[in-house]
Amino acid sequence: MTTTGSGAFDADERGFFGDFGGRFMPEALIAALDELDGAWREAMADPGFVADFEKILAEYAGTPSRLYHAERLSRQVGAKVLLKREDLNHTGAHKIRNVLGQALLTRRMGKTRVIAETGAGQHGVASATAAAYFGLDCTVYMGAVDTRRQALNVARMQLLGATVVPVDSGSATLKDAINEALRDWVASVDHTAYLFGTAAGPHPFPSMVREFCRGIGDEARSQCLEQHGRLPDAVAACVGGGSNAIGIFTAFLDDPEVELLGFEPGGDGVETGRHAATIHAGASGVLHGARTFVLQDEDGQTVESHSISAGLDYPGVGPQHAHLARVGRASYQPVTDTEAMEAMALLSRTEGIIPAIESAHALAGALREVPALLERHGPEATVLVNLSGRGDKDMGTAIEWFGLGRAEGEAP
Amino acid sequence: MTTRTAFDRARSEGRAALVGYLPAGFPDVDGSVAALRVMVDSGCDVIEIGLPYSDPVMDGPTIQAAAQRALDGGTRTRDVLRVVEATAATGVPTVVMTYWNPVERYGVDRFAADLASAGGVGLITPDLTPDSADEWLAAADARELDKVFLVAPSSTDERIAMTTSHCRGFVYATAVMGVTGARSTTSELAQPLVARTKKATDLPVGVGLGVSNGDQAAEIAGYADGVIVGSAFVRVLQQHEGDLGAGLRALGSLTEELAAGVRRPVGTAR
Repeated sequence: MTTTGSGAFDADERGFFGDFGGRFMPEALIAALDELDGAWREAMADPGFVADFEKILAEYAGTPSRLYHAERLSRQVGAKVLLKREDLNHTGAHKIRNVLGQALLTRRMGKTRVIAETGAGQHGVASATAAAYFGLDCTVYMGAVDTRRQALNVARMQLLGATVVPVDSGSATLKDAINEALRDWVASVDHTAYLFGTAAGPHPFPSMVREFCRGIGDEARSQCLEQHGRLPDAVAACVGGGSNAIGIFTAFLDDPEVELLGFEPGGDGVETGRHAATIHAGASGVLHGARTFVLQDEDGQTVESHSISAGLDYPGVGPQHAHLARVGRASYQPVTDTEAMEAMALLSRTEGIIPAIESAHALAGALREVPALLERHGPEATVLVNLSGRGDKDMGTAIEWFGLGRAEGEAP
Repeated sequence: MTTRTAFDRARSEGRAALVGYLPAGFPDVDGSVAALRVMVDSGCDVIEIGLPYSDPVMDGPTIQAAAQRALDGGTRTRDVLRVVEATAATGVPTVVMTYWNPVERYGVDRFAADLASAGGVGLITPDLTPDSADEWLAAADARELDKVFLVAPSSTDERIAMTTSHCRGFVYATAVMGVTGARSTTSELAQPLVARTKKATDLPVGVGLGVSNGDQAAEIAGYADGVIVGSAFVRVLQQHEGDLGAGLRALGSLTEELAAGVRRPVGTAR
């Protein structure tokens, strides 16, 4: 494992990626963030910690995940599509990498309790899983709107031994769950670690989460070279907070010939105002401890985001993505709910793989780019798509969207 | 009058200063002006006006609900400045307590200018520490506005020294590891924190978070220069929701109780 980010695009020692990032936090938490930063850097420099992490990832989470050439899909769309199968990891998404890394670090730091925020429940389930694995107490904060929408995931967390606390304040969704987790942490920081769910928040979280997730790209890059003898022309990923995207982009940052394509949740369409395309349509601001792009009104109040994909439904974005967008190393474009759902159906039918709706955003965006990729890179154009999670959790949405669930001939 | 003058006057009277907080726009803009005036008339030495924000991570349920109510009622940043102007007109030094994003969005220098012309004397910034505050430090220094940063029980001595070296007006010591909210007993973390802070600076030190009654105010007045009260005031107004007159009367009584408390400091440590 490489233990540092790509130098040219990495944060400075105060956690700034160019203009973005940093640490805009209550003084009460600064000591804890300093402690975390120190412990994490020390751990990553300790071959024993790195070996433990890799062993747990391999034996428990099932990494390296496969790189799969989706041949039927490729023929249909006219370009070579490679899928990084993070959906095959334990718990069904890339998020297990981040929580196992942070929980292993928690144990090393001698803390006995973890807290986490969750939107749809995926990071909550992953955190509860890691807490069970390491024998840590676990409390998950979840917006009250989301606990009602995602009762199955609430039950999964509870079965795994976690306490799920519904959050009623503000808009009662993910951003408010983060606020509540931070409030818990201010009061519990001496024995509690905050397992932050994405590559956002105050320094060192954006860098730390990236490093725990960067195996996605490190693996995919060598798999591409081994299996296909070349690098891809483009790498595509969905971007909510951006952990899976930064996880796959990092290995390619220093390959200037590889395009990095981030796809943001466009919801009903950016022009409707009902979206979560933070980089595309937000403005620079400070949210949850970092300067980044934020969906906000003219007074700097956070605006509620919208996406069919709960995992992307966040009004901020990881600061390194904001930086990569500003310096032009990666591009970020919105993908609507409709485009994502069409891609979900397409992949299901052509490859027998039901993707998470989050990941379907990446696929939809990549497929939309195919004509341009063919033009820029010729008929052999190859695009690597991060299939960050599986779609089982999204069947309720799919049933509603596509009108599924009744057998042939059954009365409506 | 500056906050420093108010603290110095209290010190010369052998007591602590009472600092009262209320969010602008709660229960509505005019109601908050009326409430702040009652707090001034009933004995607050310094007024702290909260700028309501959608994501207040340092606030407990009481202030969260009040801020949300203010936002739902349409309170804008310019309304906050209006409330500042009305309150500062009483002659009591008035500062704004605000999370950082609304200031950054308004424009740091523009906010400093408009705050100063409204008669506001500075900012308390709960999620901005001096090491991330270059733009605010410059804007505040240009207008000699107070820069009140927080120190916490978890702050190292090095951080307390760094933080207090950037403060002007007074230093805000958070009595507990936790968020805002009235508590019935005073934290045992506050006094050692004040002692550590006073080793680093000659500035007055105010203690906030969790203070709700006169006895607590007297206890804190025994070792600190200021007693900062927020949630307890908000709670009184919430308890009389729908009857502002009764709320204001209760607010006046609580202010008087706290003002009496800071005038009978327990012990002689200060």
